[in-house]
Order: sequence, then structure tokens, then C-alpha cells
Amino acid sequence: MTPEAAKQDKHTFVLNMGPQHPSTHGVMRVILEMDGEHILEPEPVLGYGHRIQEKMGEARPWPGFMPNTSRMDYLSAMIYNHGYVSLIERMTGIEVPRRAEFIRVITDELNRIQSHLLWLGAFLLDLGAFTPIMYTFDDREQILDILEDVTGSRLTYCYHRVGGVARDIDEKFVERTRAFIARLRSRFKPIYYDLVTSNIIFIKRVKDVVSFTPELARRYGLTGPPLRSTGISYDIRKNEPYSIYPEFDFEVPVGTKGDCLEVYNIRVAEMEQSLRIIEQALDRLPEGPFRNKIPRKVKLPQGDATFSVETARGELTYYLVSDGSDVPYRLKIRVPSFSNLSVLQELCRNMLLSDLVMSLGTLDLVIPEIDR
Amino acid sequence: MNEYFSDLFSGAKSLLVGLSVTIREMFKPVVTVQYPREKLEITPNFRGHTELVKDPETGTHKCISCMMCQKECPSDCIRVKGEKREGVKGLALVSYSLDFTKCSLCGTCVEVCPTAALEYSQEYELAGYSSDEFRFDLLKRLEER
Amino acid sequence: MDISILPPELIRIVISAVIIIAFVFLNAMVLGYAERKLAGYIMRRPGPMEVGPQGILQLMIDGVKLIGKQLIVPKESGHALFRIAPLLAFIPVGLAFVVIPFSDKLQARDLDVGLVFMLAIMSVNVVAVLVAGWSSNNKYSLFGAIRSVAQNVAYEIPMLLSLLSVVLMANTLSLKGIVLAQHPVWYVVCQPLAFIIYFVAGLAETNRAPFDLPEAESELTAGFHTEYSGMSFSLFILAEYTNMFFVCSIAVVLFLGGWSGIPLPFYAYSGGIWFLLKVYALLFVMIWVRWTYPRVRFDQLLNFCWKYLIPFSLVNLMLTAILVKLWPVVF
Ligand code: SF4
Ligand code: SF4
Repeated sequence: MTPEAAKQDKHTFVLNMGPQHPSTHGVMRVILEMDGEHILEPEPVLGYGHRIQEKMGEARPWPGFMPNTSRMDYLSAMIYNHGYVSLIERMTGIEVPRRAEFIRVITDELNRIQSHLLWLGAFLLDLGAFTPIMYTFDDREQILDILEDVTGSRLTYCYHRVGGVARDIDEKFVERTRAFIARLRSRFKPIYYDLVTSNIIFIKRVKDVVSFTPELARRYGLTGPPLRSTGISYDIRKNEPYSIYPEFDFEVPVGTKGDCLEVYNIRVAEMEQSLRIIEQALDRLPEGPFRNKIPRKVKLPQGDATFSVETARGELTYYLVSDGSDVPYRLKIRVPSFSNLSVLQELCRNMLLSDLVMSLGTLDLVIPEIDR
Repeated sequence: MNEYFSDLFSGAKSLLVGLSVTIREMFKPVVTVQYPREKLEITPNFRGHTELVKDPETGTHKCISCMMCQKECPSDCIRVKGEKREGVKGLALVSYSLDFTKCSLCGTCVEVCPTAALEYSQEYELAGYSSDEFRFDLLKRLEER
Repeated sequence: MDISILPPELIRIVISAVIIIAFVFLNAMVLGYAERKLAGYIMRRPGPMEVGPQGILQLMIDGVKLIGKQLIVPKESGHALFRIAPLLAFIPVGLAFVVIPFSDKLQARDLDVGLVFMLAIMSVNVVAVLVAGWSSNNKYSLFGAIRSVAQNVAYEIPMLLSLLSVVLMANTLSLKGIVLAQHPVWYVVCQPLAFIIYFVAGLAETNRAPFDLPEAESELTAGFHTEYSGMSFSLFILAEYTNMFFVCSIAVVLFLGGWSGIPLPFYAYSGGIWFLLKVYALLFVMIWVRWTYPRVRFDQLLNFCWKYLIPFSLVNLMLTAILVKLWPVVF
């Protein structure tokens, strides 16, 4: 029966998924118009975790927004920090020492791997496999330990500072990171590939299920791995290079068909690329100061500026308008998950409930980031 | 038809490979610890709530009540009270209250302090029955230490 | 009171009922513990550790907790049916024990149609799930129930077909007879395909991962038992574990030679040790599988059944029938 006919026939009913549901990954609600197990119309409802983050940025001098940046996408906290400090640096022209740039890139990439690992586990959990998340957490713990040692925190790092980073890294950090790189590389094949990637049930579940098309992606501003799975190679680290990314040799994995399997493969490949970047950065880590002294009260010059970074989920853009004081006049944050979620309605029409759960998992949403 | 059988065989093989992964992991040692009984060592760099530094020379704090931390704190959770006292340069600290329920653990206060009078505590097992238990008077805590 | 005035049959029934109920609980406890412990080790964590040495008393405490909990009946539910459903799931599981041949002498009743009886009893479970899902008046529960019915109906077919090929060879439906018929070789050797099909169908029949769609947590929260709490919830769990036990004991009886093994003293009774060992080995595989695979999708589940299991079991059945007919002719 076609969706329209089903609606006419009053075969349909409304299923409320969330705000508390195991696979909405947070307090999000999806209202589903259903015909049996088929979804006719999914409608995401947002705002359960809204915390006026942008307004908070406009209510205090700019350094005061630093802790907030860690609390939108708590899985890419480091990258969010990076974007914000870089925006301020771009506006004020504050210099960053080279060593600090290296440290930023290393911590960013560690953060990205951590986020992808968590996603991998949670995605498999959505598909009903309970074990992989424990293995990924085992690996993720290593990253958190490394980062905790340098930042003092496990999730909301608040580590990057305008003009550098908060604390220098030492030999121990370098050693532990190298050990971690070796460890994760040695686990891809025997654990993740054998247990997950090659598994027939997994492949059958994710292959050819949704189709992200370049046209759809453009219309909704899709970014991150779902966009790259359509074959569009768009990664801020390459397309609009920031920090010292151009100095590193890495690839942006892209797909062709835009199905969930490709998104999965891209994320796994991205982890490997991140390991490559970290390795190169560690090899070339320069000596020198890790933080420039900046004047106590830095006013933001009048005007506006944007800064984009590539988080684990896609493009993050900070846009700041200043009236010349040290309190931003307007701060706008473009978060990747929000745009990525907006495709859901079109993507998941006439899909099975199980596939909707899987597609939500593929988009790798962090709800507090959407709600801000 | 060919695909039908190749699917069957490769699928069955992948399932067996998956089983072999889990059985292998099963015999590997456990990686978790039994938390309240065993504890992991936490890094000395851990950022807990702030604490006044005990100066080993004088045996007391180093705060000069300059209010820098109070002013800079983005979460507005510090209240420093100082008073003029005989024989003390600047202001003598009367109380330093930290509202840990609001603190966002950003570290600004520690960084701006001109005399390095603040440090992070290593306390991570904070639990209580009311939010009042997290409104610390750091001066009192220092004296109790 | 002189109990000899009571009919001996009644005493036997009472005693066996007590033993069966005790066994049902014990089995659920052992399995529940094993499941959590094995899941733990597979995930490289120790599993329950706090109650008793290595946490072996955990399940007992859980049981006490569940019994102590309030039974919440949703306002909008069909009250009577809502309460009946757990009993409907639980009561039949006691009945099936009657025909299981634990060893030569440890069998309550050797029915001529033991196998059919057991399968019939096991299928009552699906009715219980349907009633539970329907009466909960919760869309997620209803989904769980619908899925469960579709799944069970589909998987009963390959299951029966694969068992039928064994029955053709053994030429009897009595469970004891089948065990005795596998004297020189176990049927798993002559019927490996039937064994695999049966085991896969059995996984689906007991709603175990990767076929745990009726309770698919990430999709349906808890599926058909979403609204159940306390003891009524635990009755479902008991029924589920006992059903697993049945599925595995049928596999052992039909394919793995029942109680046969290295002879022990008092073999007529102690053969039960072999029987239980084999059953629990199969249960271990079930648990192991659960903690390895993702869940299949609903249409794939049915596709797999119709496209692979049923054709294969039909072919297997036909070959068996032909061979059984030809064997005496040729040799
Ligand atoms: S850590 Fe940050 S939020 Fe907490 S008291 Fe210090 S300045 Fe305030
Ligand atoms: S900034 Fe340091 S010295 Fe000044 S009031 Fe705060 S703790 Fe005391």
C-alpha cells in the first residue's frame, strides 16, 4: 500500500520514539507516523536539552565562553575548543607558537579517534550487538587516560587557550601516544574487522539501506562522513585548511554510493588517517614555548569573523560579530549534527523501524550539540 | 544461484570468525577494576575543584585577596572576602567560598591568580545529599588539612 | 497422617511437580548467572562479583528483589489478560519436563508422541507473548508481540522439518526410543544439516540474539515485556530460560545421543550427568552467539527462513526419506 493510500485508509498510527528511548542517544524525540513497521513520516522534535549556549557567549567577555565550547559536542570537546580559540586568534591577530599548533593537532586527532570509537560501539549497540562497545571503550579509555594526563579532564577538556594550550606535553605523553597508536593499529584487523566489518549480519543490515545523494547532501548542508560517503570529498582540514594540517600527509576517505556501510567504512578509515597525522606530528614535534603571553584584557576589534573546523561529525563554524568590546555582540555556532539530523525526514520515509534506528546511529548525533 | 551459495558460505565463515574473536577475548584477562575495592591511580594533573595552596614556609595560604579569580570566573562561583588587618600587606583573606555546583572546571581562576594561590584538588569522589555540601569554604578546608 | 492412603500416583505427581519447579528455578539461576558471567568475560570484565564468592548468589538476590517489587499494572491495560500472560508463559514449561529423558530411568513418562508433545508445549509460549504484548496496550509491546508471532510461525516449519528427518531414521516419536535408536552413531553425524537448521531455528524460537526481535532493546525498548515488572517480569525470564533448556535438550535427545556417554556407575541414573553436560554445552553456544552478533532485521529474518532454512530442510528431508527407503533394499 502506498503511503498516501495508507493514510487515507487510516491504517496509520503515531509512534512516539523518545524523548527517552535507548537509541535516540540522548533526549531527542522522533514522532513516527507508522503503517505497521513501516515509517511513513518521521518527525524529529528537538529542544529538550536547550541551554542557550549562543546567548551565553554573548553575555560575558569572550574568555568566559571557553568552558561552554566543551559542552556542546562533548565528544569533540577538544575540536570545539580549537575552533573557538582559533576564531579569537583570527579576530585579534594573536600569534600561536608552533609547538602549540602541533599539540592542538595531536589532541584534536586523539579526540576524533575517541569519538569515532564511541560511535562504532554505540552504532553496533543500535544494531543489537552488545560486545563491540566494550572493546571500543577499552581502546577509548586509553585515549582518555592520555588526554586526562595532559588536560586534567576526561571529557570537557577546556585545554586549548588563545595563544597556545594550557599545559605542555612531555615525553611521557609522546610515549603513551605512540604506544596507543601501535595498540589501536594492531586491533583493527583481529577485533573490529573480524568481529564487525566482515560479519554477514552486519553487512546485510547496513548495506544499501539508506542513500545519501550529493543532491540531498547539498540541499541539507550535510557534512562529515555522511557527506563524504556520497563521493564529495569535503573535509575542512583539506578544503579550508587551518592550523598546520596542510603540513601533514593524510587522505580524506570518500565513498561512492552513500549507504550506511560506506559511512561506517569512512569512519574506520578516518581513524587510521588520524593515527597517521598524530604519528607525523609526534615525529616532527618542535621544541619551544607552548603558550604566548597575551595581554590581560583583549578587546575584539569591531567587525565579524568566522572559523570552521572539522569535528568528528562534520563542519563546525563559529561566527562572531563584535562591536569592539570584549563581549561578543553576536555569536552563531553552526553545528554539524543539526544539519545532519535534518535529512532524517527525507531519508527515512517508507523505511522499517529497525532501519530508522540504524540510520540515526549512522548520522552519529550528539543531541546536546543539536540543542545547544 | 551462484550468489545464493557464495553468500551462504562466506556468511557462515564470517559468523564463525566472529565467534572465534569473542572466544579468544573471553580467555584474555579482565581489563576492568572493581571500583570501590580497587582504585586506579589518578594523574597528578587531574582537575578537581580548586583548593588553596598551602605554603610550606608559612603554613598558610598565599592568597592576597586581589579578587582576580572572582572577576574572571565565567561561572561566577567564587566569593572572596578580605579585610584590612594590622601587619598584613594588602588584604587578609577572611573567607574564600567556592560554589562547586556552578563551577565549570575551566581553570581560569588557577591561571589568573598572581600569587599561584590556587591548585586543583585530587578529589573525584564527591557525592552528597544536598547542594549545600558543595559550597565550600576553601579557607576552612585549608585549615582542616 | 498416613500417606499410604493417598493414591501413589498423586504422591508421585506432587513430588515431581516440586522437583520440576525447583529445577526450573535452579536452571534459570544457573543460566542467568552463566549468561552474565560469560557475557562479562567476553567483554573482558568480570561480571557479577559482589554477592557471594564470584557473585554466585547474585541471581538469588535478584530473584528476591523481583519478588519483592510491586506489580505495576498499567491503567489502560487489559487487566485480566495482562496478569494471565506471565502464567501462560510459565505453566507450560513445567509440563514439558514430563517427557524429557534425562537418563535411562530418569524420565517421568515416556509418551509415544513425546516429541510432538514437547514441541506443542513449547509453542504455547508464543501465545503468552502475544497476550502479553496485546494486553499491555503499549505500541512497543504490540510490535514485540507481532514480531514474535510472525517469527515463531515461520521458524516452526524448518524446525519441524529438520526434526522430521531424524524421526524418519529413528522410526519413532518417543524421545527415549530416539535416544536408543542412536546406538552406534549419534544422529548429528548422519544429519549434520538437520542439526544446524534445528539449532538456528531453535535460536529464533527462543527469541535469542541474533533473532531477539521481539525484545529488540534498541528498537522496541523491551518489546513485549516493556510494561511488566517484578514477579510477572521474572516469570517471562524464567520461561525464556526454561525454553532454552528445552530447545537444547531436544537437540541433545535427537542429535547428540541423549544420555549416552562413557558409562558411569549406576548408569541408568547417572547418565543424566552426560545429558545435562551436553545440554549446558549447547546452552553455552547459545550464550556465546548472543554476545557476538548484531541483530538481524525483521524481513531478513523471514527471508533467511524461507530462502535458506526451509528449502534446505526440505531437501534434507527428501534425501533422508529416499535413503531410509533405499537402505534396506540396497544392503
Ligand atoms: S574553575 Fe573556572 S568556573 Fe570553576 S571556579 Fe575556577 S574560574 Fe570559576
Ligand atoms: S586570584 Fe589568587 S590571590 Fe587573587 S583572590 Fe583569587 S586566589 Fe586570592
